[in-house]
Amino acid sequence: MNIMETRKNEPVRIGFYVCHCGVNIAHMVDVEAVAKYVATLPNVVVSRNYKYMCSDPGQEMIQKDIREQRLNRVVVAACSPLLHEHTFRGATEAGGLNPFYFQMVNIREHNSWVHTDRLEATRKAMALARAAIQRVPHHKPLEVKKVPINPDVLIVGGGIAGIHAAITMANAGKKVYLVEKEPSIGGHMAMFDKTFPTLDCAMCVLSPKMATVGSHPNITLWTYSEVVKVDGYVGNFKVTVRRKPRYIIEDLCTGCQECVANCVYKEPKFPDAFNLGLGKRKPVYMPFAQAIPSIAIIDPEVCLNFKRGKNPDGSYTVSDKCKKLCVVACGDRKAIDFSQKAEDKEITVGTIIMATGFKTFDPRRTPYYGYGVYPNVYTALELERVINASGPTEGHLVMRNGKEPKRVAIVHCVGSRDENTNRWCSRVCCLYSLKLAHLILEHTDAEVYNFYIDMRTPGKSMEEFYNRVAEEGMHLVRGRVADVYPDPNDTASGRLIVQAEDTLTNRILKIPVDMVVLSVGLEPRPEAEDLRRLFNLSCSSEGWFLERHPKLAPVSTFTDGIFLAGCCQGPKDIPDSVAQAGAAAAEAFSLIDKGYVEQEPNTAFVLAEECSGCKSCIPLCPYTAISFNEETKKAFINEALCKGCGTCVAACPSGSIVQNLFEDQEIFSEIDGVLAPLPQ
Amino acid sequence: MSDSTNKTPDGNWTPRIVAFFCNWCTYTAADLAGVSRMKYASNIRVIRLMCSGRVDPQFVVDAFAKGADGVLIGGCHPNDCHYVEGNYKCLRRYQMLKRMIADMGIEPDRLRLEWISAAEGEKVRRVVNEMVETVKQLGPLGIPAKFEQWDKEMNALAEHVAASQGAGAPGSSGQNKPQTAQTAHV
Amino acid sequence: MSKPKVAFYWCASCGGCEETVVDLAEDILGVVEKVDIVLWPVAMDFKYKDVEAMPDKSILATLLNGAIRSTEQEEMARLLRRKSQYMIAYGACAHLGGIPGLANQFTREHILKFNYEDGPSMANDKKTRPQLVTEDNGRTPRLPALTNVVRSLDQVVEVDYYVPGCPPTPKITRAAVTALLENRLPPKGSVIAPDIALCDECPRKATKPANISFREFKRPHQALMDPQKCFLAQGVVCMGPSTRSGCEAACISGGMPCTGCFGPTSRVRDQGLKIMSSLCSNIEPKDEQGISAVIQGIPDPIGTFYRYGLAKSLLRRKVNLPTD
Repeated sequence: MNIMETRKNEPVRIGFYVCHCGVNIAHMVDVEAVAKYVATLPNVVVSRNYKYMCSDPGQEMIQKDIREQRLNRVVVAACSPLLHEHTFRGATEAGGLNPFYFQMVNIREHNSWVHTDRLEATRKAMALARAAIQRVPHHKPLEVKKVPINPDVLIVGGGIAGIHAAITMANAGKKVYLVEKEPSIGGHMAMFDKTFPTLDCAMCVLSPKMATVGSHPNITLWTYSEVVKVDGYVGNFKVTVRRKPRYIIEDLCTGCQECVANCVYKEPKFPDAFNLGLGKRKPVYMPFAQAIPSIAIIDPEVCLNFKRGKNPDGSYTVSDKCKKLCVVACGDRKAIDFSQKAEDKEITVGTIIMATGFKTFDPRRTPYYGYGVYPNVYTALELERVINASGPTEGHLVMRNGKEPKRVAIVHCVGSRDENTNRWCSRVCCLYSLKLAHLILEHTDAEVYNFYIDMRTPGKSMEEFYNRVAEEGMHLVRGRVADVYPDPNDTASGRLIVQAEDTLTNRILKIPVDMVVLSVGLEPRPEAEDLRRLFNLSCSSEGWFLERHPKLAPVSTFTDGIFLAGCCQGPKDIPDSVAQAGAAAAEAFSLIDKGYVEQEPNTAFVLAEECSGCKSCIPLCPYTAISFNEETKKAFINEALCKGCGTCVAACPSGSIVQNLFEDQEIFSEIDGVLAPLPQ
Repeated sequence: MSDSTNKTPDGNWTPRIVAFFCNWCTYTAADLAGVSRMKYASNIRVIRLMCSGRVDPQFVVDAFAKGADGVLIGGCHPNDCHYVEGNYKCLRRYQMLKRMIADMGIEPDRLRLEWISAAEGEKVRRVVNEMVETVKQLGPLGIPAKFEQWDKEMNALAEHVAASQGAGAPGSSGQNKPQTAQTAHV
Repeated sequence: MSKPKVAFYWCASCGGCEETVVDLAEDILGVVEKVDIVLWPVAMDFKYKDVEAMPDKSILATLLNGAIRSTEQEEMARLLRRKSQYMIAYGACAHLGGIPGLANQFTREHILKFNYEDGPSMANDKKTRPQLVTEDNGRTPRLPALTNVVRSLDQVVEVDYYVPGCPPTPKITRAAVTALLENRLPPKGSVIAPDIALCDECPRKATKPANISFREFKRPHQALMDPQKCFLAQGVVCMGPSTRSGCEAACISGGMPCTGCFGPTSRVRDQGLKIMSSLCSNIEPKDEQGISAVIQGIPDPIGTFYRYGLAKSLLRRKVNLPTD
């Protein structure tokens, strides 16, 4: 700070550095010409070009020049400031200057990588550099504000990714709120039978982890709950979670299921969501045997003790028409409460991990496969349930008509790699299709056909898995299935013809089968868009949550303090989801353990002498950071609440609000700089 | 400041477009376009602001006045603003600004506002290319040159005054000034 | 010791500024006592030659009002600049171009044609126009030429101080003259008025709500105005928030909104754009059509937001007009 003070009145002395970035910049921008040009500009004392400015020698060069050439401003033309601004501010600071005497010029992402004319790209680099050279004299020394981080963490989504992240954080002593939309955690993984490539039982791997979540002293588990509001920012998110009524008091329910056994419905009658409608349940039910929390839930849509139909506010009215044998069965435990209402819980957390998962592609969008029309067409996820020992058929592979299939076709890439539906590869379908083929062969004597476009089996032990199961005697046909239709020669049995071109033999195949399994791809969840808005995230054009950088910040988002885990970021298998969950937890930790976040000092402030108190700015602030001081009759910005958007600055009619780092004069200088004439 | 319209070294005019991109969506999208090695016209000069709400109409008009042939503003999509509603504030000013620049003789197509999310690198490419095409069709705006041209009439008189004073006699147009002034304006 | 010499001159102006000098009332006598008025065409008889004969810098200060829009005005401005130690732009027209600056939306030809041919009150069947040079009974009278561009004084000559207003109030005129005579001048280039917007001294300030949101804009004649309430709170464009104070909210006290004659604060480059930014940011609708409907309530944004400041705005003049 002292250095800064003593240098306050010195003339501006700028050091300029243009980076080659190996050849990334230098191949398209004549970096020497840029350095030569900048050397002629006012206030520039040093102008250099260097292979890698972000390397240690590059940064040391800046520091050395600051000391030896008495620089008091630094400009680096290199990559995007979103990538390395922090690095060079650090170098500027290490050289003894306030880090905000630095300005970065983006000549890679915005220039060398996107242009093809070297001369034009070089001139553009000169113009952008000039803008920074003209801007930086106006820079003021600023201080980074440190805001303490609340150590609690919110994890949204209780699939394998959310579960793993929750346990990781909780084991390290952090308080975790795990919010799950469904009545039980477990997610998609809980529905699977076996997992590739090890073929171990999904639930055997998962249920201990689920139980750990249920009993962990550091985990507050809120199932059947949704996040409805998110305020605040990294370190201090204020989150409202809506706990939907399950009409069972969680603390009193022991999970004995006496209520289920004694329900007035003697037989399960209603489609069971966990089994994708292939099985039935009662109005009061346990989501599935290993559900966590092990607590029953009442479905007011069908329970006789409720009037039919939802109220406009989403609640249900008690009819009191039922004998309530469940209540009798529950007895002294008194866990059943028909008057339960949705309850909003407000929590404060410092970090958030999004693990909201995916949805499987709805094959009704590819009507030529006959899903929803022919009963013997299944999705792969349905087959997982059918084949699962705890599923609706207790693991017997039988079709809806109760018969065991003799021939099964597995159709790959349904809703993946397809111009008309989803373009992306869902990554897991080839492998789970092979797994399902293996399981069908294990359960039955059926003949199995896999129709694939390309067999994609990357990853550790995956190709070996493919080789192993491929030798088990299944048919592998390279060709996309064009059509599935009833066998005209055998309409009674429900037999289907699968038509495809075998592209290896160039033959059109028409294979009669009993059962068709559609290997549906993975899609962003339909509510992802709402979640994205709620949490202020970005989505890729496909709708997956967007990571900050695919390689450098793969689990971070553009909102500080919010991290991504699992398939909400893109299709991935279980090992990768778990690994990513661990990475997200580690990122959250590194923030929490640091104890504070550094806030970019780009806040705005009101010039108290100059403000006329016109109040134009006050309604503009979305964070209510601006208030009207009734004593001074002037506007006042609470710096702690200001997020630095600068909207009030642009709108102040008398120019009496200033935004640090983005002062009017700084922007005008940039405008001037980019438009200044260049040497011919 | 004689180079009021941008010329390539071979003497051809090529437009200069100043862009104000919000940090969170459009600037990031432009980074994405870079990372994805998409190719687009090099006429654009991006100035980074935290939010499209920071775009002071003075910045836009100053850019035109300093020689920009077009100005592009990029912000987050409606409802997606990192700062909740900064983009709406930008939109409201933009609509009036369009009218005002049109009234001041600048083709409104020289100013464009686009919502470009962080994922839309491709949209950056498309919008920049379209914008460059549009501005090429419109031709140079060249306001600095116009300022110079406007001020020629003053230089002429300054020279005339200097010459007449040098000759020691008041110039003819200077004679009986106060009186003729009345005549000229009534 | 001789009294300091002062000159008053007018260019493209309405004469209101001259009135203000007279409005100093008895104070004018004090001024006259302390200074020697060497030029004041509106009140006294001086000739160009008299001024020209003065030594350079012999006038302490020239208070020049009016914009510069003819060769004659420009020449006088240059002459007086040379003869004066201080050149003071007096009033909105000299300061900002003023109302005459609105002519920068039109070509010279358009203006001449309207004024000598098309104007509804014009009776000029022969379409006679003033000529720069005419022959008349052996004499050759010459008229000054109208310039293409209307200019503020500082776009023609160096200006030391600005006394803002249309017209400047007696109070700030007195402040300027006193500062001049007592040699207590602010830094060169200053506008002699507080560098804070008008709301600061507006009697209706307290009635402006802190949550203003415009559903429509009205013009003052389109509604019955509450005489106590902030104009903006009533949906009427008031330039007060982007205009320097110092007039003591004279228009508002007279029941009309501020139209911006004192010009922007020192921190603003373009008064019109700044008030526009402020007003439009607070429009209520968020959709294009809704916004569009609201801003239709301002049918002439240039005339509204640049009532006095067009010549000094960032663009100065409609940019696609030919210079002739």
